[in-house]
Amino acid sequence: MTLTAILIVAAALFGIGLFGALSQKSFVMLMMGLEMMLNGTLLAAVGFWAFTLEGAPKGQLLAILVMAVMAVELAIGFALVVAVYRKREADVIEGIGTMKQ
Amino acid sequence: MGRIGGTGMTDLLFYALSALAIWSGWRVFRVDSMIRATFALMVSFTSVGGIAVLMAADYIGVATVFMMAVEMMVMGLFMVMFMMNPAGLNPMQMVHQYKFSIAAGVLGFVGLATAVLLTNFPDNPLPENRDTLRDLGIELLGGSMLIFETAGVTLLATMVGAVALSSRRGRFGDSDAGAAPPGLHPGGEPAGRKVEKGGGHGGHGGHGGHKMNMEKTKQDSSDDPHKGHGNMSETEA
Repeated sequence: MTLTAILIVAAALFGIGLFGALSQKSFVMLMMGLEMMLNGTLLAAVGFWAFTLEGAPKGQLLAILVMAVMAVELAIGFALVVAVYRKREADVIEGIGTMKQ
Repeated sequence: MGRIGGTGMTDLLFYALSALAIWSGWRVFRVDSMIRATFALMVSFTSVGGIAVLMAADYIGVATVFMMAVEMMVMGLFMVMFMMNPAGLNPMQMVHQYKFSIAAGVLGFVGLATAVLLTNFPDNPLPENRDTLRDLGIELLGGSMLIFETAGVTLLATMVGAVALSSRRGRFGDSDAGAAPPGLHPGGEPAGRKVEKGGGHGGHGGHGGHKMNMEKTKQDSSDDPHKGHGNMSETEA
């Protein structure tokens, strides 16, 4: 288990998340792509803490902040999905075309 | 638990968990049922939590598993509410700009991996006998308390925002009364198309849960095609 191996796994998770966020039509599946990207970010943060910081606890703090970001993203994302659905009966991205300029 | 530079057992576990995390992450966007996708994402998160435990970040690892278990349960609930394809009985291919997405994902992975392989990272691993849990506690409620508390206030603001966004009515009428998209020039027409087409619902069956607001929308859209935005057009009348 080396830092390089961990970061490559994190990069793979990020790439999968990017693919999902760009390709999925449904709002909820799009949010799962975002979560997957944050998953990779979390792994990279913990890896950096364990291998390059000599155990400085601020690295763990960064990981906790990533988790807080996940929670915020999920809560606000679902609230937006509910609001958009209530307003426009839209549950896929193509349904909110009027947001285009 | 295994520490850094431990035996082959740690390595073996790491590679197994990594493979599981990536494979289940891939399955998230390939399975037909959104519930299965949710559980695949949970497996991926749990594997990452296990890797964190292997790296002696015990608290982060366990907290990730707990948090993600709860989060994915909430996610699963919303999946049922917004599900296109209950139980994955039909093949589901709900994607757009597919080739571009694959290219972007591969490019993101290759770019990041190249950056990882070309960078010369410092090598200061965790000392063998460091009490990481105690370190974290002292840091959270000591030196970085302001950051930690800021995260708490951010979560509180998130709760308020989520309630405000998802509430239908406030004390003074509809929560979005008077809300209208701004005009392109002062007093002018708002940007974009006027009439929403049903939201791209073609291509997949099973809309059992989508009947909540149907009648209301039909009324709204029948009187004037330019008022297809529901309540948003109240101010224009």
